[in-house]
Amino acid sequence: MSSVIDVRDLRTHIVTRWGTIKAVDGVSFALGEAETLGLVGESGSGKSMTCLSLVRLVPRPAARIVGGEVRLDGEDLLAKSDAEMQQIRGRKVAMILQDPMSSLNPVFSIGMQMREPLAMYHRLRGAAVTARAAELLAAVRIPSPETRLRAFPHQLSGGMRQRVVGAMAIAGPPRLLIADEPTTSLDLTIQAQYLGLLKELQQRHRFAMIFVTHNLGIVARTCDRVAVMYAGRIVEIGPVRRIFTEPAHPYTRALLESIPRFGARRERLTAIAGQPPDLASLGAGCAFAPRCPAAFERCATAPSETAIAPGHATRCWLHARA
Amino acid sequence: MSVVVLPETAAAPVPAARRRRWPVVSIGIIVVFVLVALLAPLLSLADPYEQALRLRFRPPVWEDRGSWAHPLGTDRLGRDLLTRIVWGSRVSLAVGACAVLLASTIGAAVGLVAGYYGGRVDATLMRVTDATLSFPVILLALILAVTVGPSFGNVVIAISVILWARYARVVRGQVLTLMTLDFIAQARIAGAGAWRIITRHLLPNTLNTLVVLITLQVGYVIIVEASLSFLGAGIPPPTPAWGSMIAEGRDFVTSAWWVSFFPGLAILLVVLAFNLLGDWLRDTLDPKLRQL
Amino acid sequence: MLRFVVFRLLQSLVALAILSVVVFILARATGDPLHMILPMNASEEDYANARQYLGLDRPYVEQYLSFVGRAVIGDFGNSIRARRPVIELLQARLPYSLKLAAFAMVVSLALAFPLGVMAAVHKGTGVDRAAQIVAILGQSLPTFWVSIVLVEFVAGRLQWLPAGGADSLASYVLPGFTLGWFVVAGMMRLLRSGMLEVLDSEYVKLARLKGVAEHRVVWVHALKNALIPVVTFAGIYFAILVTTAIVVETVFAWPGLGRLAYDGITSRDFPVIQAVVLTTAAIVAAVNLGVDCLYALIDPRIRYGR
Repeated sequence: MSSVIDVRDLRTHIVTRWGTIKAVDGVSFALGEAETLGLVGESGSGKSMTCLSLVRLVPRPAARIVGGEVRLDGEDLLAKSDAEMQQIRGRKVAMILQDPMSSLNPVFSIGMQMREPLAMYHRLRGAAVTARAAELLAAVRIPSPETRLRAFPHQLSGGMRQRVVGAMAIAGPPRLLIADEPTTSLDLTIQAQYLGLLKELQQRHRFAMIFVTHNLGIVARTCDRVAVMYAGRIVEIGPVRRIFTEPAHPYTRALLESIPRFGARRERLTAIAGQPPDLASLGAGCAFAPRCPAAFERCATAPSETAIAPGHATRCWLHARA
Repeated sequence: MSVVVLPETAAAPVPAARRRRWPVVSIGIIVVFVLVALLAPLLSLADPYEQALRLRFRPPVWEDRGSWAHPLGTDRLGRDLLTRIVWGSRVSLAVGACAVLLASTIGAAVGLVAGYYGGRVDATLMRVTDATLSFPVILLALILAVTVGPSFGNVVIAISVILWARYARVVRGQVLTLMTLDFIAQARIAGAGAWRIITRHLLPNTLNTLVVLITLQVGYVIIVEASLSFLGAGIPPPTPAWGSMIAEGRDFVTSAWWVSFFPGLAILLVVLAFNLLGDWLRDTLDPKLRQL
Repeated sequence: MLRFVVFRLLQSLVALAILSVVVFILARATGDPLHMILPMNASEEDYANARQYLGLDRPYVEQYLSFVGRAVIGDFGNSIRARRPVIELLQARLPYSLKLAAFAMVVSLALAFPLGVMAAVHKGTGVDRAAQIVAILGQSLPTFWVSIVLVEFVAGRLQWLPAGGADSLASYVLPGFTLGWFVVAGMMRLLRSGMLEVLDSEYVKLARLKGVAEHRVVWVHALKNALIPVVTFAGIYFAILVTTAIVVETVFAWPGLGRLAYDGITSRDFPVIQAVVLTTAAIVAAVNLGVDCLYALIDPRIRYGR
């Protein structure tokens, strides 16, 4: 199967007063049609920066993509001009942001914000745009879409707004949809509905999806594969079932142990010892080593990626073949 | 669905406040002017009122007929400009300080009360504030100056009567935000009354903003006072005030530019120093206040 | 929307009524105007006659009511000094003031908008620094001093532009720029800080993610939001503009309302003071009403009352 998106050795650096931070440090993964990758990790592990790098919208001038390839249907996005990239954004790669309360422009009507991408992507004009916009709103199950088009963001609830953002995202429809913690700020029931909706849209339009979250429950429900990020690197990537049943990296194991399980009689949840790494002063070795219960001498040098099963790889010396 | 959230801790530690260099130049200028104003009687300068008609319109020292006796030259009546500028700083700074303190006291009180009580009290007070804000200061100042006669007190009152509204607005905005925070609820639960909450909890939390606004407004007040004196509605002559000095030199600007130029330069320096200091304070103490 | 406008209109009228009382009281407090207009050797009888002639002997309430009644139909009485109907003076002066204010406003907006937006977009670059300097100087330079310096150098020594009067378009340049200076600085500052905040927002990020062209992101998506604080302050800036106009008109011998106010106040000409202050206040109120409507038009959260 050919990949929709193929990321190879992506590197994004942020220059700060306290040194250069390798926010994304050699990230590689590939995704096929209708496939979903869960991107998990603590805040600051580089998940969001990876996503922004894919659409080349890293906060300038501090952050810069310094290397790698991002191939969308075989074409390297990092080699495109700014104008070409602008044509790709939204149309081929869409993104849903975390906070629905602030991701719609408060001074423009829903209609204006919906029509804008349609006019750009499909050169629709006049009544045709409005009709299509209403159709899209209906597709994300917004009741009486024609009326909603005249509403302003502040008149809609958070869940409703996030649906509108979803409707804009499928206006292309895109080949890749990046969802950056799209349900974090929604109520639980609304969350479940929204996830169901996203999966349904994915089935219909067959786009690849990158799902950023730190909620492992959501990962288990929605993703086919999982990539665990730590300090700008993917420390483990593999099919969702294997990651949950046979985690290879000590960090992944620690993450899974911090989940409370219904019925499991445990004295307490295991918290991950130590502090998240200071990205500005990382040493040469494995970034997790200072917190790792299994760390040994070799961890002083950075481990490379080792395949441990088909589609399952990790960066850890414990699994490195001698 | 189990909802499990990974430990949410910021990874990259961000150093607390960006250190900005002290605005040494601004503070220096302000300190010099304040010292000069306070010590004016002690500095062995000429008498600001002493006329010497034979020495009229002496140019500053670096021009042909200039001399060190009058470094910045003399005016229409042969009075020493440097001396008059030094004495004029007393007027400008005093008006600036008094008006701003008066206005900020009234404004802070109104803002605290409006923000604390909310509802109808707030609505009424804010109506008054808005109406005041959009009234041109100078019209009122001119009317007052002419009706009651130009004097130091009237200038201060006229300016304060308009200026308080700005403080009321900003303080009220801050108080509204503070009121939603838990520590006010805590204080209420602990049985604190309105007076206590306003003075012990709200006021201290708006002090930073007040300090920033006060600094930024001193410059504005000095300009307004100078404008009034310029129009003859401020500090009455022969008291040296920068505005009236500029007005006096206006008719002779072609032949004796210095008479108008130096008092203006003094205003520019002081106001610029206060504005730069205010900007710095705002960026340091209260970066959210970018719109002041 | 209509309710909003009507409500605001009523508010303005109440404010004007209160102001008219204040003005009336203050104007009566100036002292006896007859000292100014009657000759030094006038007798008691002359005073009494003049007082009766000018209506100054009637009770204050009656004087006030007749003043308001006539003011509404544009009759402000006769100027004590010029001995002509005040309304004639107003009619002659007002257009000049409005034209000058309009010119200054257009110039300020034309400068403030591009400068403020570009400063935010290119934060930390030369454009930004230039904008900051303009802003800080605009708020620190005393207008009247700038006027004098301009008159002396540009009009006097260089002879490029006329120093006073309102005869040609060229004569607008100096007073217009002097008048607009402070407003440019303030507006630009507001726009810059507003734009900086908005450009950092999630909805601007989403607009970019949708593939909206950068110029459209800046000038449509971001700018309309950044306008909200600018519009909020527009009323205040207009009040400052009026204030500054009095000084500027005096220096540049501009035949406008500000100059009329100055002359009226120095000669204690009640009817003129009353008329000028009320007219100015009415204009300020009208501008504020317009600003409120504009505000509601830009921000739907206001329009629909949240």
